[in-house]
Amino acid sequence: MDTIRTAIRNFVARAIRTDLLSDTDDIFARGHVTSLFAMQLVMFVEHEFGITVENDDLDIANFSTIAGLANLVTRKRTVGLPESVLEGRP
Amino acid sequence: MTIPAAAAIADAMPARALFVKCVVWDLDNTLWDGILLEDAAVTLRPAMARLVRIFDERGILQSVASRGDHDLAMKILNGLGLREYFLLPHVRWGAKSQSIRDVAESLRLGLDAFAFVDDDPAERAEVAAACPEVWCIAAEDLAALAESPRLLPPASENAPVRRQMYLQEEQRRHAEEAFAGPQEEFLATLQMRLTIEPAAPRDLRRVEELIIRTHQLNSTGYSYTYDELARLCDSPAHLVLIASLEDRFGGYGRIGLAVVDCDRQTWTIKLLLMSCRVIARGIGSIMMTDIMQRARARVVRLRAEFLPSDRNRLMYVAFKCAGFRETAKVRHALILEHDLSRIPPYPAYVTLESRQGIGA
Repeated sequence: MDTIRTAIRNFVARAIRTDLLSDTDDIFARGHVTSLFAMQLVMFVEHEFGITVENDDLDIANFSTIAGLANLVTRKRTVGLPESVLEGRP
Repeated sequence: MTIPAAAAIADAMPARALFVKCVVWDLDNTLWDGILLEDAAVTLRPAMARLVRIFDERGILQSVASRGDHDLAMKILNGLGLREYFLLPHVRWGAKSQSIRDVAESLRLGLDAFAFVDDDPAERAEVAAACPEVWCIAAEDLAALAESPRLLPPASENAPVRRQMYLQEEQRRHAEEAFAGPQEEFLATLQMRLTIEPAAPRDLRRVEELIIRTHQLNSTGYSYTYDELARLCDSPAHLVLIASLEDRFGGYGRIGLAVVDCDRQTWTIKLLLMSCRVIARGIGSIMMTDIMQRARARVVRLRAEFLPSDRNRLMYVAFKCAGFRETAKVRHALILEHDLSRIPPYPAYVTLESRQGIGA
């Protein structure tokens, strides 16, 4: 989870050129970030973490914070994995 | 209005764009006779030079993917009076397919809108293998193909200035790369002025062209003919809005379009599209806010149709960012709705002039 957050935080910090962002700060709060940036975020998490973001996942709640993005990634990566993996069994 | 049939949606990605937007030229033994590095006394092929000027008049962009010494090639092009016709010329030793990819990326155009002209079958084969979307044309065939439909984009008053607009875009990009602050502060330095107004008859040729050329930032892909657009402009039950943008580097021209069905109780955005030249400027969101304001003033519900293709996902994200929710699916079309309780504010970096029309 921490590595997911770190990767997302690095991407966001580079893109909006700030490192003053906590995991729960609203990335879009200042209202200046374009939908192109939102799209770049979508493509980044899909590519970086090998998930597919469906239309239903494209909710501002999932994308407005680093924590929200990390939760989405974790949830998507969990879906489809066998239970044994989730429970850490061999 | 033409709604793409279900079958057409299934393979909505044609192998190639309807029209070529950029022709990339080889130089040696294509634009001129001779090989520059072997003998600087190359001879321009007048028929080819004529085609360069013809394509330019048609609004087709042009670039160069050739081998050799960049500075020398530019000097010769300058001497021939042709340098200004080529955006981002690539004269280097790497694969020409990579040069074409670089040009496509810089111009933000899809490879399927490219043609590549070269006399050497091996070079054409390399490009065809690496970029199958690119139309590879043998130099000796070009004159015969110059009047083929893909090289005859619909005429537009904007076409002759398209190259200049891309040059301005280059200057903007250099300014952006040199700027170290946050993105919105850079956008503020552009001093953008956006006008949104009901389309007038003089706009319709350009509107038609936008509809034909724009696939990525296009909510439904519905297409309207000139006559249909003229009727919609006159109809009190429709709103056709056009957005024009300029900044300190110059004008972008008319770059945005919205077609809205205006029912007594419900407005439906049938088509919203933006030129890809303004892709990072937040213009789509501003147009959405403008339409929301107009709808709220009329006390109507606001809906938007969205027809997913494999290219327009960005538009879906833009609707979601603006606060639209997906409420229904009718065959392939998604119905989005905005409750108008929280309309996103206009960003501070753009000066907006929103003009009301007569009627809607």
